[in-house]
Amino acid sequence: MREIHTDSIVSAVENLFIDANINLSQGVFDALSQAIEKEESPVGKEVIRELINNANIAKAERMPICQDTGLAVTFVEVGQDVHVVGGGLAEAIAEGVRRAYKNGYLRKSCCDPFSRKNTGDNTPPIIHTHIVPGDRIKIVALPKGGGSENYGEVRMLVPSQGKEGVKAFVLDMVTKGGPNPCPPIIVGVGIGGNFETSALLSKEALMVPIDQRNPDPATAAFELEMLDAINRTGIGPQGYGGTMTALDVHIKMLPCHIASLPAAVNIQCHAHRIKEVVI
Amino acid sequence: MEIKRIQTPLDDSAIEKLKAGEKVFLNGFIFTARDSAHKRFFEALDKGEELPFDMRNQIIYYCGPSPAPPGKVIGSCGPTTSGRMDAYAPRLIALGLKGMIGKGKRSQAVKDSLKQHKAVYFGATGGAGALLAKCIVSSEIVAYEDLGPEGVVKLGVKDLPLFVINDMYGNDLYEAGIGKYRR
Repeated sequence: MREIHTDSIVSAVENLFIDANINLSQGVFDALSQAIEKEESPVGKEVIRELINNANIAKAERMPICQDTGLAVTFVEVGQDVHVVGGGLAEAIAEGVRRAYKNGYLRKSCCDPFSRKNTGDNTPPIIHTHIVPGDRIKIVALPKGGGSENYGEVRMLVPSQGKEGVKAFVLDMVTKGGPNPCPPIIVGVGIGGNFETSALLSKEALMVPIDQRNPDPATAAFELEMLDAINRTGIGPQGYGGTMTALDVHIKMLPCHIASLPAAVNIQCHAHRIKEVVI
Repeated sequence: MEIKRIQTPLDDSAIEKLKAGEKVFLNGFIFTARDSAHKRFFEALDKGEELPFDMRNQIIYYCGPSPAPPGKVIGSCGPTTSGRMDAYAPRLIALGLKGMIGKGKRSQAVKDSLKQHKAVYFGATGGAGALLAKCIVSSEIVAYEDLGPEGVVKLGVKDLPLFVINDMYGNDLYEAGIGKYRR
């Protein structure tokens, strides 16, 4: 049994959220650089140029890439041979988030659903925990903005709708969002499981690196088929028209009930902020 | 791309020259206001009270910046989705508001107001908050400080990069752009 003190979790989470919000990961930066070449619209190219300049300025000036520094989403893999000491794991993550949003000058975007009163410190964070073999803790920070999150949905499709039904659903969500989720977007698609699992799968799909295909060849082909269809909508960067509406589409799939075909879409903006650490 | 420089306050002749799809560099002053500030504008108007600033010939930026780090004028400050302010915009345009900056589509009622009163809707690039912050040279809270990032702030801007989305002639960059590149 390995002991991990909550102090190291607090500081790891603080560093992760500041880093994620300020330094665009290399994979996303490279995808944007390639998107300039692929984009056919001059306005679209100009927009992507602004996004690349923005990433460089954010890094140099230590400013958030986007002012919407998101709800603090975390995926935590806890090794079953780990013993967390010094307090609770969830409270340590919340404290890390609290410090990151204060010390990193990040915007606090968390409020009561009805009164809209801000919680003041961007807590509570969203924490998804998995127990895994080993004696380490892996934490992924995925600060997620509201503009893109607003175009997510779960639909319980009828099995006969099949792949075409899922594709039509994804295109419907992308079209409905249009310019609002800040294209070029990344699309996470969760298929199967049940109602809540499909939603979680769609978010986990966003954590797959850009250009990395699903290991199953048929699913990989379906990802590319949907990416092509999305990039034919004409929405383009910022919705000003163009051929680069999405940087990638990722699918995560699980078996489901014989009566069901759950599907979920979670859209991520071009400011795809994600960082991870292993303690 | 060719870039046109424009200066606030905007009068009718400046608006007449702007066409959807153009990139402009904006100079002068703009006012931030988003959801809660608009709600308060309307409460003030309904009570017959003065607004925190005179709308005539001015521009509103739909923006709630991140906090300014020490030594900086402002934090990251990209646009928020404009559609949520559609219910408010026509009345403010009728009061003389000449421009709005945000991201995302506007309602037909807003587009009709742009035509009727000669005004324009600009897009700032969503998620380019650090780039846009570099163009802010001054920041002064004007009203509703209690709203935090939703307060009304007067921003001095230098070469703020914007695209004209809806002009006073009924042109719409979103519709034209998507029509051109849909396959």
